[in-house]
Amino acid sequence: MELAISIIVGFMILGAIYAIHAKDILSAVITGGIVGYSLVICFLLLKAPDLAIVQIVVETITLILMVAVVLDSSRTEAYSKLDTQGWVTAGTAVLILLTLFWFMKTAAAPLDHFGQGSLRMADAYVNGAVEKTGSTNLVTGVVFDFRGYDTLGEATVLVTAVLGVLTILRIRGKK
Amino acid sequence: MKGMTIIVKKTTQLIAGIIFLYGIYIIIHGHLTPGGGFAGGVILAGSFILLILSNGSDFLNLVREESGSTLYENLAILVFLFLALTGLLAGANAFFANWLPHGTPGTLVSAGFLPLYNIFVGIEVAASILTIFLALIIFKEEVLR
Repeated sequence: MELAISIIVGFMILGAIYAIHAKDILSAVITGGIVGYSLVICFLLLKAPDLAIVQIVVETITLILMVAVVLDSSRTEAYSKLDTQGWVTAGTAVLILLTLFWFMKTAAAPLDHFGQGSLRMADAYVNGAVEKTGSTNLVTGVVFDFRGYDTLGEATVLVTAVLGVLTILRIRGKK
Repeated sequence: MKGMTIIVKKTTQLIAGIIFLYGIYIIIHGHLTPGGGFAGGVILAGSFILLILSNGSDFLNLVREESGSTLYENLAILVFLFLALTGLLAGANAFFANWLPHGTPGTLVSAGFLPLYNIFVGIEVAASILTIFLALIIFKEEVLR
């Protein structure tokens, strides 16, 4: 399974690199979809069907919205050559990335191997969750019962996003 | 925005209802099977988006539709908040307390408040995504006019 996930992740990286270098913005948006749909297969392989359903539907609708927006734009990207400041910025970005990766590797070393064992916090959630919440789907039990505040925050973020979109786009419409 | 050919129109009119039903199924079985309010809500919004894209903007009165979806979105998040607040009133004295009887796990009416939370979050997500889509389309039509 690790081999399959590695192949899919490599495919995702290739798609992302192509999306950066595509001349046409429409093809860049569509190849960006490779990342999302490959993530769906990864979620299914890792036995997370809840996430897979959300990811595949959201990815499709985002792709529709992005294509609808891109079709009305100029569709060509403005390219510029890297000058000295650009090289300095890129070098700094690579340095910061390497540092963060090293820190992550150090922090993740004492943890359990991925997919084996469970954290002390997760044990309290997994054991006896059906009796505590009454829900046979553990994800719903965690999302709406143990972590209700998080879900309320997510829903509020969505409402705020809609308010922002309406404020920007519908100034003339609602008089 | 103009619609597509009559083949696409008829096919989407046949399919959109089934997609809508599937979204409702995903929402109300959220505490039993994979899925839940977020996934089902996006599927509900998807059936509306399918109809609007294939039939063009003359099919629905978009501005009226948008004010309706904005209303539903805000009402759903308010009801969600009030359901969470009832935990404070009902003995348990905790926000998000699940004080309804849990029932037998595995049946449709069980798990206390979780199916209600799922339903209202589903309405909220569906209305939010539909509102964003409608706002984009109405903006485009106004600019082109």
